[in-house]
Amino acid sequence: MRFTRRAAIAAVGVAALLSAAACGGGDGGGSSTKDVEVFTWWADGGEKAGLDGLVAQFGTACADYTFVNGAVAGGAGANAKQVLASRLQQNDPPDTFQAHAGAELSDYIKAGQVEDLSAQYGEWGLNNAFPKGLIDNLTVDGKIYSVPANIHRANVLWSNKTVLTQAGITKDPASLAEFFTTLDALKAKGVATPLALGKDWTQLMLLETVLISDLGPDKFTGLWNGSTDWAGADVTKAIDDFTKLLGYTNKDRDSLDWTDAEKLVMDGKAAYQLMGDWEAADLDTKGFKDYGYAVFPGNGDTFQWLADSFVLPKNAKNPDGTKCWLKTVGSAEGQKAFNTKKGSIPARTDANPGDYPQYQQTAIADWKTAQQVPSCAHGSACSQGFQGAANSALGKFSSDLDTAALQKALATAASQFAKTN
Amino acid sequence: MGKRIKRWGPGLLLISPSLVVLAVFVYGLIAWTVKVSMSDEHDALGSKGFVGLKNYTDLFTNDINDRFTHSLKNLLIFTVVFVVGTMVLGLLWAFLLDRGVRAEGVFRTVYLFPMAVSFVASGVVWRWLMNSNTGDDAGGLNWIFGELHLGFLQNSWWTNPDWGMAAMAMPAIWQLSGYVMALFLAGFRGIPQELREAAVMDGTSTFQLYRHVIFPQLTPVALSALIIVGHMSMKMFDLIMSVSGAQWLTEVPAVYVWQALLTSDYAKAAAIAVLLLLFVAVLIVPYLVHTTRAERRS
Repeated sequence: MRFTRRAAIAAVGVAALLSAAACGGGDGGGSSTKDVEVFTWWADGGEKAGLDGLVAQFGTACADYTFVNGAVAGGAGANAKQVLASRLQQNDPPDTFQAHAGAELSDYIKAGQVEDLSAQYGEWGLNNAFPKGLIDNLTVDGKIYSVPANIHRANVLWSNKTVLTQAGITKDPASLAEFFTTLDALKAKGVATPLALGKDWTQLMLLETVLISDLGPDKFTGLWNGSTDWAGADVTKAIDDFTKLLGYTNKDRDSLDWTDAEKLVMDGKAAYQLMGDWEAADLDTKGFKDYGYAVFPGNGDTFQWLADSFVLPKNAKNPDGTKCWLKTVGSAEGQKAFNTKKGSIPARTDANPGDYPQYQQTAIADWKTAQQVPSCAHGSACSQGFQGAANSALGKFSSDLDTAALQKALATAASQFAKTN
Repeated sequence: MGKRIKRWGPGLLLISPSLVVLAVFVYGLIAWTVKVSMSDEHDALGSKGFVGLKNYTDLFTNDINDRFTHSLKNLLIFTVVFVVGTMVLGLLWAFLLDRGVRAEGVFRTVYLFPMAVSFVASGVVWRWLMNSNTGDDAGGLNWIFGELHLGFLQNSWWTNPDWGMAAMAMPAIWQLSGYVMALFLAGFRGIPQELREAAVMDGTSTFQLYRHVIFPQLTPVALSALIIVGHMSMKMFDLIMSVSGAQWLTEVPAVYVWQALLTSDYAKAAAIAVLLLLFVAVLIVPYLVHTTRAERRS
């Protein structure tokens, strides 16, 4: 008798646990077709403000639909990308998700997880609203899969005006040769590390801009689609120039993030820093007004861009709602609502510069006329795998300065990962 | 038959939930990881097929810049310095406390306390302490050395490409030496007082007492400490992430797994994870076999 009672208690306990587990497995479900779930990693700061602006615009333009915030915070998008990958594998996509425009999308495109938006581009007049260079960079096999919400510029050289004035430097260097002369002059005036630099990905950004200067924008773009050879002599020269530039940088670069390097410029310990134009918003927030900016020496009128964009996933629950969201994102009003808050510039060329702060005004002017090239460090030129391999190779190079090994590593990475159009 | 079921049936039924959970979420997922590690799931596209051990051989022979062997080299330096450091310091402190100091409780707490701090929190502090700048820009330890006119001691800490991982082991030693000390102290206290008295009666010197009577009996404790510290070292992730972040200089296999996952290279991440599991198993399984045998004997 004792046995049965014990067994009964045990059985009841087990059953309770199992049924609890089974309940946990169920899904909320039952969402109406009015909901548009927008999946981003914009959870706070200027990014959240920009998203809120966009949502307000969406509420006006698409009153039939309801915005559902599917933001996953943390890790500069790393967490969100993991969640997104598993949702896509389970065939449970959000109605739209955020992704860097360009090559970072290539995995989703190859997997057939996002829909072609070329027809919508024509219908919404985006082909003419965006510059041709951007359209070319976005196009994969004649099709476009995403709508960019904003544009950032990666090849901007930031400077501390006081340090430059004290060293008697009055004009921005226009070529790499002039840049080296300027850096030497700064060194002679006692600025020990004229160029502030951070760890691996910031070094990749610097190498990319040197490549633009040495190869020109067309051959540079070719590096990412397989038409320019990474093993070529011109790449070797660019790597040599890059090595020379490292000689002007702070020795503790591998232990600094970009904001630490930015602080070297703000403190006057360094004169220059190469960084994307989110630095303008950051310097403004930190109350540092004494900064100057110029295109990286030798880049001419090349505009190295990166962009956040939205897509239409295959099997989205509410494709019409998604299209209305994408139309809002691409519209002049939507881009204004988003970018004036986030501190970036609109991808459209018809923006009114008067709506934006000073730096953004010059960037908007350049965006219309300049030649667009993508960025690997920020995903518009290369896939995530390529990006990871390049960052690792730059990290190694920073410690051993082995130019041959760097070129070989980049060439190998290109053969493994480069998108072939 | 019915009698036997009566004897162990209810017990088995009661532990069955945890058995099921373990089977699914530990062993099932290990099996799943092994399966992924033998597929070609190198991007978000999902797997296309089975490639056998290719991902494993690629890690050793075909990884760009020999990234994986470099991470193993880093792990080896870290592990050797970390394990030797904690064992030596832990034994030394335990020995000193065993000799009978005043306010032993205070010292024990002081030494053991760093273990209560998380690796992430101490890593952030050590990141600042191990600032690699020297001279006028020096910060942290280098600044202290400079102020004490010990400038020759200033060094590049973890940013040194060859021996940086030895510096990385310092925070870990600082945190876990106290724990090893506690283990050894328990070992010292577990040795019956009669043995010491008998040895002294026989006329041993203090050195002989420790060398021939005490230390031999500490072997099981030393082995446990070695295993515990050693397997922590193999899986080291949080400390490195908070001191240096993920980068080439300080990359160990656990960090590499995470980096591979971020680039959606699931097959490579799984292969490294399986290798890491094997390394830890090589350390732990003989220990488990040893203790089971010892228990059966007694």
